[in-house]
Amino acid sequence: MALLTKKDASLILDPLADNNPITIQVLGICSALAITAELKASVVMAISVLFVLGIGNVVISLMRNIIPSKIRIIVQLIVVATLVIIVDQVLKAFAYELSKTLSVFVGLIITNCIIMGRFEAFALANGPWQSFLDGIGNSLGYGIILIIVGFFRELLGSGTLYGFPVLGNPISKTGLYATGYENNGFMIIPPAALIVVGIVIWIQRSRNTALIEDN
Amino acid sequence: MAINTEKNSYTVIFASVMVVVVGTVLAFLASSLSEKIKENERLEKQQNILYAMGINKNEGEGSVSFIPTDEVASEFSKYIKEQLIIEGDKITKDDQAYLIDLKKQATAAKNGETRKLPLFIGDKDGNKFYIIPMRGKGLWDAIWGFVALDDRMVVQGVYFDHATETPGLGANIKQRYFMDDFSGESILAGTKYAGIAVAKGNNDPLNQTKDDNEVDALAGATITGNGVSAMISESVNLYKDYLETIRVK
Repeated sequence: MALLTKKDASLILDPLADNNPITIQVLGICSALAITAELKASVVMAISVLFVLGIGNVVISLMRNIIPSKIRIIVQLIVVATLVIIVDQVLKAFAYELSKTLSVFVGLIITNCIIMGRFEAFALANGPWQSFLDGIGNSLGYGIILIIVGFFRELLGSGTLYGFPVLGNPISKTGLYATGYENNGFMIIPPAALIVVGIVIWIQRSRNTALIEDN
Repeated sequence: MAINTEKNSYTVIFASVMVVVVGTVLAFLASSLSEKIKENERLEKQQNILYAMGINKNEGEGSVSFIPTDEVASEFSKYIKEQLIIEGDKITKDDQAYLIDLKKQATAAKNGETRKLPLFIGDKDGNKFYIIPMRGKGLWDAIWGFVALDDRMVVQGVYFDHATETPGLGANIKQRYFMDDFSGESILAGTKYAGIAVAKGNNDPLNQTKDDNEVDALAGATITGNGVSAMISESVNLYKDYLETIRVK
């Protein structure tokens, strides 16, 4: 028996492209704009969301039959906040260095609309295993866009990738900078992320015209 | 048995139970881990203070590397010769001074009390370091750090940290390439305690001019940078009277 049925596999694969949370569902845009100035921050955020959304989706899915619909948003918020605080506290006690790196992301994860969005749209109506796959798929789809945006912003804005200088040294003018190339400071600020995300959406829709909505 | 989740009474009961359960779990977790967390924070402070006076494991131009936590306590007592608490004109020695909470002291000062100012005197190879703790505001939340001065008020090293500055932008104040620029700068302009400004467009990206009270700013992090400037000048001015007594003129 296959580990994943065809439907299960599509739960993971669809959000990577044709149902991408950022470019199609327009969820999680805020963090995609805020923290993609560096590739490293993008990767850390993608991994953190993978954990929280995977586990959160399962928890919400298990609770789906007992959550009163009138206060379901608050319940979802409390579940995700509790999960994130538990992880943060445990890391602070046992992996302090790691927690220093992640602490900045804690607030961003709790308020990340991709998490609330998937709880609301999927986990409340589906079983735990499907919800887990949906969580993994969506956070991977989210992560891919974050990494694409982080890649271009760090490369063009700072001339580095994952902190390593790849284009030479902009101050002592070595490598590409010797030819008169300059870093584009605009790429570092959040509006540049909006433009990069816009270009990704444009490319994606021009390749698959079925994604374009009718007016 | 199907539960009617639409009833008001169910909603109220559900909410109450959830609050109690979540509250209990978090309270239990916080109280059982708090000692371990406090211990980690204490060691981190020692690491940061030593880092500012150049006791660290930095290699080349790479990333920040502290003294490992299992060695830091002994290194701290080896290099930090004195810890002072300055309260107005009164100066007392206290080897727990590094645990003073600057935020609480700032609040106390606002309420008209005399604030306790901790100061650490380090000694490395016969050179004296006067290490001042700092605390200020970044873009989103608190920033803090330590600055190590010699007796001519020239910065020997700094360490900055932050609560929640933006990753990749303001968060870069704790990167080597930013902090290393401060070394060699004087906090004095003439006889005035001017601090060091994080300046845009000072046209000195390699930071070769060490007497201009300026270092090159971080792109995209103007407000955090301004916060660092304000923090340094406010902090050194709090210690002005003491620093005047030890300054070599």
